[in-house]
Amino acid sequence: MRRPKNPSLISSRDVGDAKSPGAGTVTRRSFLTNVAAAGIAATASPLMRAAPRTTDLPASPAVSSPGGTVPVSLQINGRSYELQIESRVTLLDALRENLGLFGTKKGCDHGQCGACTVHVNGRRVNSCLTFAVMHQQDEITTIEGLAKDGQLHPMQAAFLEHDGFQCGYCTSGQIMSAVALLKEPCEASVDATRECMSGNICRCGAYENIVAAVRSVRNRA
Amino acid sequence: MDPFQYTKPATVNDAMTSVKASGAKFVAGGTTLIDLMKLNVERPAALVDINILPLDRIEPHAEGGLKIGAMVRNSDLAHDSRVQQMYPVLSQALLSGASPQLRNMATTGGNLLQRTRCYYFRDTNYACNKRERGSGCPAIDGYNRMHAVLGTSEHCIATHPSDMAVAMMALDAMIYLNGPAGVRSVPNTQFYLLPGDTPDKENVLRNGEIITHVTLPALPSNVKSHYLKRRDRASYEFALASAAVIIDMNGNKIRKAQIALGGVGTKPWRSPEAEQELAGRDATERTFHKAAEAALRGAKPYRNNGFKIELAKRTLVRALQTATASA
Repeated sequence: MRRPKNPSLISSRDVGDAKSPGAGTVTRRSFLTNVAAAGIAATASPLMRAAPRTTDLPASPAVSSPGGTVPVSLQINGRSYELQIESRVTLLDALRENLGLFGTKKGCDHGQCGACTVHVNGRRVNSCLTFAVMHQQDEITTIEGLAKDGQLHPMQAAFLEHDGFQCGYCTSGQIMSAVALLKEPCEASVDATRECMSGNICRCGAYENIVAAVRSVRNRA
Repeated sequence: MDPFQYTKPATVNDAMTSVKASGAKFVAGGTTLIDLMKLNVERPAALVDINILPLDRIEPHAEGGLKIGAMVRNSDLAHDSRVQQMYPVLSQALLSGASPQLRNMATTGGNLLQRTRCYYFRDTNYACNKRERGSGCPAIDGYNRMHAVLGTSEHCIATHPSDMAVAMMALDAMIYLNGPAGVRSVPNTQFYLLPGDTPDKENVLRNGEIITHVTLPALPSNVKSHYLKRRDRASYEFALASAAVIIDMNGNKIRKAQIALGGVGTKPWRSPEAEQELAGRDATERTFHKAAEAALRGAKPYRNNGFKIELAKRTLVRALQTATASA
């Protein structure tokens, strides 16, 4: 197997524990993870929360809780997370900005590109078009939750095998879509596979290889 | 995006109480509302999340059709075996809309209420009579390639974007509502309003009312149907023109036709004119063309969308050919 082009797309190891960021070498990713972790810490401290975060928000009597935040508990990749966030935080932003799960990408932020695709209770959805607070009883799976015991999900391995990407930005969304597709009523043909993957745009145009990767896993099943 | 208060009631009654708060809106799949909130087109002060209301069932209806809960997801409705068998036109319409991800989120009630994709409506830098009555319509003299040719007014030419609603329009769906004044039902054909001089009022839903379910009447067993959608790309795109056709045949003669068009009207467009041309006639090319001419007779082209008139006619003719040719 070739060396992955972007390890973050296929491994959960380097994402780190959002609540206890590890010490050691500072990479771009670990820096971002630490910043996100600091955001979580801030919500736990009234003093820190009173600092810059609330002052630049418009005062609104419509938000009942002080500071405009609500407690939100999420189940992501089999782990529980407790957050104190505004109700207007999308699931996508909660994953990236509050939990340091950067594998899920923000493309258009309007449900038109599919880069933000995650699974909610096993079904693929656009995490940009739903609020985190709406998913407190749900089981959420992100790209970081696909690999099990150090083994890539077969779809992740197939994307590597078939070179199903170029820049890699849409790839986690493509893979999440493709994994969900395995359980959906979609015919096996190339055309049907393309139609069932049409919610994920690849501006590099790696579609040939993406379709090949998806079909290789479906044919094995 | 403006901050909002958030509640998640468990019963329809609690949801109706919660939505009485000033500026409150229901949120179901969120695929239209949250999109528009990010653009500041929608600015609810409170969101009432109806995702756990017990309205997610598809059941046989007492009179032989199906009863579809308002919270049934588009993907579940499209893949339901009863829907595929009894109303393939509805399944086809649903699967031609949006993407698999969006269909997993979007609901039956929400799809009926989705807002137009008019780019001027979505951009608060422009005036829009739909957003603010009397502010003006830049689409009428602007870039209007995606806009309507049927049912327009001097105040609004925005299209209704739904595919599902076009099929339901043809199917004579009945929409059931619950609200402060009690329970009522409205035929789908009377649910949507023409823009006229009040384009901000898109349907007959009253303040505080919620769609609880939709019923579809039974169709004769050997009825033929088809949904055809024409768009700029092969998938994941709104219709330039679409047609839902339901044909009850006796030999080669059309006993009854139910016809609706999408992508060309300010609301999902039922065409009694086309139905009249088809009823009692032989299923021939000539009949289909006459029906298409009748359906688009009142169409009014604007600067960039005149092509839709011919496209809609051809779409309807092709849908009729496909439906009547199927065994």
